[in-house]
Amino acid sequence: MKMTTALIVAASALALAGPLHAKTIDVPAGNNAQSRLQEALITAQPGDVVQLGAGRFALSDGLSLDAGGVTVRGAGMDATVLDFSAQKGAGEGLLVTASDVTLRDFAVENTHGDGIKSKGANNVIYYRIRVTWTGGPKETNGAYGIYPVSSSNVLIDGCKVSGASDAGIYVGQSVAITVRYNYVEQSVAGIEIENSRDALVTGNLVTRNTGGILVFDLPNLPVMGGGNTLIEGNMVIDNDTPNFAPKGNIVASVPRGTGIMVMANDGVTVLGNTLANHGTAQVMVVAYPKAFTDARYNPYPRNIALGYNTYVGGGDAPGFPGGAQLAKAFGGTLPPVIWDGLGGPKALLPSADVKVLNLNLPAQGAGVDQAKPALLSFTAPPMIAVPGNVGAPARLEERIVR
Amino acid sequence: MKWLAASALLFAASAVAAAGGGTRTNDDAIVGDGFAPVLSAYGFFSDAQAQRPAAGVTPYRLQTPLWSDGAEKQRFVYVPGGKQARSRGAGLLDLPVGSALIKSFRFGGRLIETRVLLHRAGGWIALPYLWNADQSEARLVLAGARVDLTTPAGAAISYAVPNKNQCKECHGAAGQVVPIGPKARNLSAEWLAAFKRAGKLDAVPAVARRVPLWEDRAAVPVADAARGYLDANCAHCHNPDGAASNSGLTLTWEETDPVKLGVGKRPVAAGRGSGDLQFDVVPGDPDHSILAYRMASLEGGISMPELGRASLDPAGQAIIRGWIAGMR
Repeated sequence: MKMTTALIVAASALALAGPLHAKTIDVPAGNNAQSRLQEALITAQPGDVVQLGAGRFALSDGLSLDAGGVTVRGAGMDATVLDFSAQKGAGEGLLVTASDVTLRDFAVENTHGDGIKSKGANNVIYYRIRVTWTGGPKETNGAYGIYPVSSSNVLIDGCKVSGASDAGIYVGQSVAITVRYNYVEQSVAGIEIENSRDALVTGNLVTRNTGGILVFDLPNLPVMGGGNTLIEGNMVIDNDTPNFAPKGNIVASVPRGTGIMVMANDGVTVLGNTLANHGTAQVMVVAYPKAFTDARYNPYPRNIALGYNTYVGGGDAPGFPGGAQLAKAFGGTLPPVIWDGLGGPKALLPSADVKVLNLNLPAQGAGVDQAKPALLSFTAPPMIAVPGNVGAPARLEERIVR
Repeated sequence: MKWLAASALLFAASAVAAAGGGTRTNDDAIVGDGFAPVLSAYGFFSDAQAQRPAAGVTPYRLQTPLWSDGAEKQRFVYVPGGKQARSRGAGLLDLPVGSALIKSFRFGGRLIETRVLLHRAGGWIALPYLWNADQSEARLVLAGARVDLTTPAGAAISYAVPNKNQCKECHGAAGQVVPIGPKARNLSAEWLAAFKRAGKLDAVPAVARRVPLWEDRAAVPVADAARGYLDANCAHCHNPDGAASNSGLTLTWEETDPVKLGVGKRPVAAGRGSGDLQFDVVPGDPDHSILAYRMASLEGGISMPELGRASLDPAGQAIIRGWIAGMR
């Protein structure tokens, strides 16, 4: 009986959300865009589509959407542009605080704060969205381009971000996440998964950032214990932009020329990626390096598995203190993978075909000056664990038609 | 849009009825569906221009208020006839369905906006009303508005009347709209006693530690004044259920964990709001504390609070800097 009721409820929910009740609210570009668009976002009901016309929308304040089940759709990421160059209010360009929202086919340019933020917004989709700071990498650019936080079920697909002064795509304190087929460039971090679980990062092109893909866990946050994440089949190329993040932020400590960096997570697998020309490290696996007082927090990497990846060049310009001398000691080029040596025997599980430099730091928080670097050697190739149940639920894909 | 127009007609009719009946508050406008297009539809005032409340609408003040570019604010609470608010300890008064909170903002004597919070059966809703030039009526501005004006301190600003969603950004707790101001700890014992005597409150709440009067800030311990200021100006977002919950920075009056209050806490998603500084609060060193840095900024992406401040609050800055400077 229970099953039947559930089915009926599901069926009626579908009917309610169906096209009979849903309407399209057309918002063309032009004069008075701020209030026309904001009013459409406020009056939209679940199932409605807010259809943005082609052209530039000159906006003076951040926009917000607090209605669940709404789709905001433009005429294409190059055709519909929300232009925040003259933004007066602080904060992000668009803030989403309701669930089941689909954002697709429009661009956000030159926000003072983050580009698009969704908080506590479950089942959110960012599809073919572009977020650009048009002046290139600058410290005065907003921090995050695409910024879902404190959410379950996040799908970010086919988006393009350029110029974020922190991370182009940042997913924080969330669970069940897919970040795929995106192009992120000229940001400090390309893609960052922070204090999150069950993430799938795949098929992305991440290039000319300071660091390519970061998987971090930080202390003193409501949600901690990041892990069970798969970084698979990404092109991580030439991330050599000098770090332009405002100091104090954790990404400000990411050295230029970092491909994939995993910090203080449990169960991250890096597999089938192409990593090219990262002067510091193609892959870096480390403990959280700073002092902290949070008893709930585990600063160490655990079960970080490195499967087969393609490494091209790199290791020739380590961007951390003492890096140059270290490279010299290894004949001018560091191995593709650097591990700080912390986290115990199960911290790092590399495949046998990759050279790993173990810095052998004596303790969490120690500097590179205390390293006793040595090449890691293997007695037998370990099994590579591939985390299960990663990514956003498949049902989210029904909301985007290719 | 049709339904909005229809409700506009309905409310216009009720407004006339209310006006004809003198100064009675229109309960239907508070609890009914839709949004009244004009403030007069509610009948909260017998003389709106003078902000003279109708019968049953009670003015109140907060011990330490939110600072809004120096606006002169007038606050009112309405509890419908036959109902009572319930005491809930030192926290928010539990106002019954049908209640309303009304806050008007003036600059240079001129009414700019009136915000209302209406307690409906489905929960609270927050609506902004913008006053017209001749001060005869305020109309609903769902999408917000901007007004050029000069603050009492002489700053020419583009003052932002919040849109309906922005109301919720501050008034949101775990996704629901809630009042912020009328917490028993931020109301005077005298006012609470009078509210009870009027039959509007079931009991005078016990408050162990009351937020000090802002005017008394020089006479009370600086930590109390500072924590009262943070509670009123920051904690509506910086609390575990608020818009800034993900920051891990909790600035409520009750918080006791120094790290959650920012001491030795590194920024998480602050971006350039960090100002190249390492910690939210560095004891003894306001110049290296992000909290003080963001209060001293007017730049989007840096300044805090994100909403509702377009000029500097020197008195607030002085208290927060004094609090940090005195920390060991």
